[in-house]
Amino acid sequence: MRHETRIAVGPVQFRIGSDWAEPIAALERLYAVYPKDGMRPADATVRLFAARPWRRWLRPSVHIGGDFVVPDALPLPLPMGLLAAEMAMNLQVALGWRRHMLLHASAVARDGRALIMSGESGSGKSTLAALLGEGGDWRLMGDEFTLIDPADGDALAFPRAVSLKNEAIAEVAARVDAARLGPLLAGTPKGDIRHLVPRADAIAAMHEPARPALLLFPRFGGESAVEPMGEGEAFVRLTEASTNYVALGEAGFAALTRLVRETPAFAISYPDSEAGIGLVEHLWAEA
Amino acid sequence: MTDRAYRAARADALRIEPLGELTALFDRRSMQTHLVVSPMPEILETMGDDASNATALARRLAASFDLESEGDAIPVLAERLAELAAMGLVERA
Repeated sequence: MRHETRIAVGPVQFRIGSDWAEPIAALERLYAVYPKDGMRPADATVRLFAARPWRRWLRPSVHIGGDFVVPDALPLPLPMGLLAAEMAMNLQVALGWRRHMLLHASAVARDGRALIMSGESGSGKSTLAALLGEGGDWRLMGDEFTLIDPADGDALAFPRAVSLKNEAIAEVAARVDAARLGPLLAGTPKGDIRHLVPRADAIAAMHEPARPALLLFPRFGGESAVEPMGEGEAFVRLTEASTNYVALGEAGFAALTRLVRETPAFAISYPDSEAGIGLVEHLWAEA
Repeated sequence: MTDRAYRAARADALRIEPLGELTALFDRRSMQTHLVVSPMPEILETMGDDASNATALARRLAASFDLESEGDAIPVLAERLAELAAMGLVERA
């Protein structure tokens, strides 16, 4: 690869190579404040390569690849190289990580205890985590993935740049320093996207584990509602939300049964972010 | 329905974790997770090491549970045993 960089997010050291300079420069701007250790071996390799050698000049289009390749990954036009890099980084972690149980969930921490929010795309888990991470004493652990240590059950952070989508962009942008926002990527296959660099204290604390204290399954839309969730249902939902549960075998089974037994779980519905944050704070106070 | 005999898995083959109303079972041989509800965990626990059919199982379960009021338990247990066999959690003796 002609251009290369290394980025550490939580326990994962990425090596990202590209046929073009632009996506690497965009990544380096976005991850400028993250700690760098160029000597550490890479855990995951990401490659952004030209679909055909001549396309680099004619119709620049980014294919993504790495240790794990998804054959039908979309080629994206070069201005979306940053999105391609982010998708590839997620993919390599989702498919390749074995040291921890990986949950497709956002998380924030307070006083060494973690609130974990799991839900489909559109559930608002990322926006809630991003907003909580901006105000007050919550530390953003991650907007997309949360890692659970099978040895002791602790949650570990994966604070990649937050991927704000569509309406969430304006809502969060109004509250943060513009210097922490990446370029607006309009009209991507996932709609409009803008990245938010987590607060410096969240990045500095990214290696600090937190004890899971509350599991929420948010759903954006409808009246405010809270429904306690049994251990069995939480277990089923989290096996579905884990990208490597099957690969971890009995270690994953043990980690997940422990998590749902020790952590109270609720499904919540909320009509807007303010109401969602209110519900979170209320449940947290009781947890 | 023929009252077939089945044998439970070896004691160390399954890891069984009750989770409220559900019970999660991890089968170390297939690496599969199964989620079951009552009476599956009770059947597995009662089978022990010996091969047993539904008639023998009903007799043993009756020692701990009130089967009489549930109607004829034997055909129901025979069905549950066949389902456990389909999941690979018990095998034909």
